[in-house]
Amino acid sequence: MTSTLSNTSTPDPSSLRPAVRPGAHGRFGRFGGQYVPETLMPALAELEQAAAQAWNDPAFTSELNRLLKNYVGRATPLYEAERLTAHYRRADGGPRIWLKREDLNHTGAHKINNALGQALLALRMGKKRIIAETGAGQHGVATATVCARFGLECVIYMGAEDMRRQALNVFRMRLLGATVQPVTAGTATLKDATSEAIRDWVTNVESTHYILGSVAGPHPYPMLVRDFHAVIGEESKQQCQEAFGRLPDVLMACVGGGSNAMGLFHPFVQDTSVRLIGVEAAGDGVATGRHAATITEGRAGVLHGAMSLLLQDGDGQVMEAHSISAGLDYPGVGPEHSYLREIGRAEYAAVTDQQALDALRLVSELEGIIPALETAHAFAWLEQLCPTLADGMEVVINCSGRGDKDVNTVAEKLGDQL
Amino acid sequence: MPNQQSSSIAQRFEQLKQDGRLALMPFLMAGDPDLAVTADVLLSLQSAGADMVELGMPYSDPLADGPVIQAAASRALDAGTTPTGVLDMLRSLKGQLQIPVILFTYSNPLLNVGMEAFCQSAAEVGAAGLVVPDLPLEEAERLSTIAELHGLDLVLLVAPTTPQDRMGRIATCSRGFTYLVSVTGVTGERAQMESRVEGLVQQLKQTSPVPVAVGFGISGAEQVRQVRGWGADGAIVGSALVKRMAAASSGEIAQEAGRFCAELRAAADQP
Repeated sequence: MTSTLSNTSTPDPSSLRPAVRPGAHGRFGRFGGQYVPETLMPALAELEQAAAQAWNDPAFTSELNRLLKNYVGRATPLYEAERLTAHYRRADGGPRIWLKREDLNHTGAHKINNALGQALLALRMGKKRIIAETGAGQHGVATATVCARFGLECVIYMGAEDMRRQALNVFRMRLLGATVQPVTAGTATLKDATSEAIRDWVTNVESTHYILGSVAGPHPYPMLVRDFHAVIGEESKQQCQEAFGRLPDVLMACVGGGSNAMGLFHPFVQDTSVRLIGVEAAGDGVATGRHAATITEGRAGVLHGAMSLLLQDGDGQVMEAHSISAGLDYPGVGPEHSYLREIGRAEYAAVTDQQALDALRLVSELEGIIPALETAHAFAWLEQLCPTLADGMEVVINCSGRGDKDVNTVAEKLGDQL
Repeated sequence: MPNQQSSSIAQRFEQLKQDGRLALMPFLMAGDPDLAVTADVLLSLQSAGADMVELGMPYSDPLADGPVIQAAASRALDAGTTPTGVLDMLRSLKGQLQIPVILFTYSNPLLNVGMEAFCQSAAEVGAAGLVVPDLPLEEAERLSTIAELHGLDLVLLVAPTTPQDRMGRIATCSRGFTYLVSVTGVTGERAQMESRVEGLVQQLKQTSPVPVAVGFGISGAEQVRQVRGWGADGAIVGSALVKRMAAASSGEIAQEAGRFCAELRAAADQP
C-alpha cells in the first residue's frame, strides 16, 4: 500500500450492504440526500418509483438487455494488456493488467449504459423531452444518440469552454439532432452546465426527463446511474472468473463524478479482498490549487442536490476545478464515493495533467489503444501502484472511453514533443 | 423558549391582518453592488412601506435563481461579499431597521458554518427568519428545530408541482409564513402569472396554519394587486427590484429602490 492512499481500515460489513447504499432519504452515511428546490421533489419521487417498478418488470429488463447487446455492443471484452503488463514487470515479477473495454461501446465510452437505461425510463414515464449536461461531451453524445434512436427531443447543456475543447463531440451531438446549449456562466464548464440543466428541469419538469450523467445529483440519481452502469462490474466479475478463475485483486478507474468507477466497483463492494482504487485529476498539481481532486482535497458540502465531498472556500462558495480532461473538470463527486472513502472501503489517488498525458502516450504505443484523457488518469496511477504489487496480482482497469475526441487537446500539448 | 406566535414575522402579519393589508416583501441581494449600498437600500425600502425584507446571501451556484439574481450574486461575490460581512452590515443597522429581515441562503454556505452556529449569528444580528431554497421538507426538519431555539422562523416553500397532501405537511412545518412559489421554474419576472396560481393560493390557505406569501415571477404593481385579490397574505418581489437597482446610476440605487417599493405599496393598498 502506498502512503498516498489513505483509509486502510477494514470497514464494518454492515456498512457495505446494498440496503445502506443508499439507506433512508437516499443517504450513503452522511452523504447523498435531496438538496433541491421543492419544485423537483415530486419528480424525484416519481423517478425513484418508476425505476423500482422497471427493474422488477421483465419486459423492461429484457428490452434493456436486448439493446445493450445489439445496439451498444455489450458484453465488452476483458482484455489482457500483455505489453503494458510487461512494461511494469520487475525481476521478481509483477501484476497482470486487464482492461475492461468500455471504449468499445457504441459512442465510444461507458456513458451509453446509463443514457440508454434512463431513456427507456423516460419512455415509461411518458416524458417526450430529454435534457442532459455534459463535460467532455461523451454523456452528451450518448444522450443525443439514444434520443435519436427513440425519437425524443434532446437539449444538451455544455460549458462554452468545454465546447471549445471538445468541438468534435459538439458536432456529433448536432448531427444526431440534439440542440447544444452553450453555458457561459461561472467557469463555463461541467459545474455550470449541470446547474443550467437543473434550472431547465425546474422549469420544464412536467414534460421533461433529466438524464443526469454521473453518480451525482439528488437521490435517486446516484443509485439509478450506478445501477445502469453496474453491468460493467457484473460482466467483469464473470470474465475474471473465466480468465483466471477468481476475483481480481485490484479494480481501478478514473473519478470525476465517478460513474464508470461506481459501475465497476458496485458488484465488488462486499468482496473485501478486492481493492477499489479511484483516480482523480490533480490538474497542475494538488499543491497548486489548480486541480479537480475532490476526494483528496475536498470538505463535505452540498452541490447539485447532494451532500458529498466538495472543493469549496472557507465561506462555502464552490471553487473552480481544473483539469486537462473536460470530463473530470468538476469540483464535486458522487456521494457514494465519499462514503466508500469515509468507511475505508475504497482508496483514492490523484494524478496530474502531465502524468495523464504520459500515460495516454504509453498505452497508445504499447497496446494500440488511444484512451480518453479521463481514462488516461487511471492508467497513470499504474506507475505508483505496480511497484507495490506482488507477482501474479490481477489488476482490472476500466478503460472507460476512447481518446478520439481528445486528439486536438493532446496535439496542442504534445505538439512539440511528437 | 420563543414560540412562533411571538416572532416578529408573526406579529407583523397579525397587525397587517387587522389592518386588512397585504404584506409587501421586497428581495434584494446583499452586497450588490456593495454592502454600504445594501444598508442604504434596506432603510429606503423600510421608509417606502416594505413590511419585511428578504435578504439574499450571495452564493456561487444559485440553482433556484434565474439570470437576474444569478448576475446579482456574481456582482456581490466579485465585490468581496462574505457571509460575515452581510451579518456585520445587519448588526450595524440594529435600532434603525425595524422591519423583520428574512435571510435567503442556499444550503451549502449555511452548512459550511453549521446549522447551530449559523442560526446563532443570524439571531444575534437581529434576523427574524430564514429561507433556504434548496432545502426541502425532508432535509429541513433539523434546521427548523435549531432555528426555533434561536427565535428564527424557518420559512418553507411550496411549489405548483407539490401534491396536496405534501402541501399540507410543508405548511404545517413552516414557520412565520408559507412561501408559495408561483411558477414552475426559477426566479425571474414573468409577463403574466400562471392562471393556476389563484387555485394554489386558495388551496394552500386552507391547509396552512401560518400566512401565505407568493413569490417568484411577480414583476410589478399589477401582479401585486392580482395576488392580493386571490387572497394571499403577502407578495415577494425580487428580480424586478434587483433589475431596477442594477440599471440605476450608482448614487441613486437606494432612491430607485424606494421609488419602486412605494409604487408596489400603493398598488397593494389600493382599495
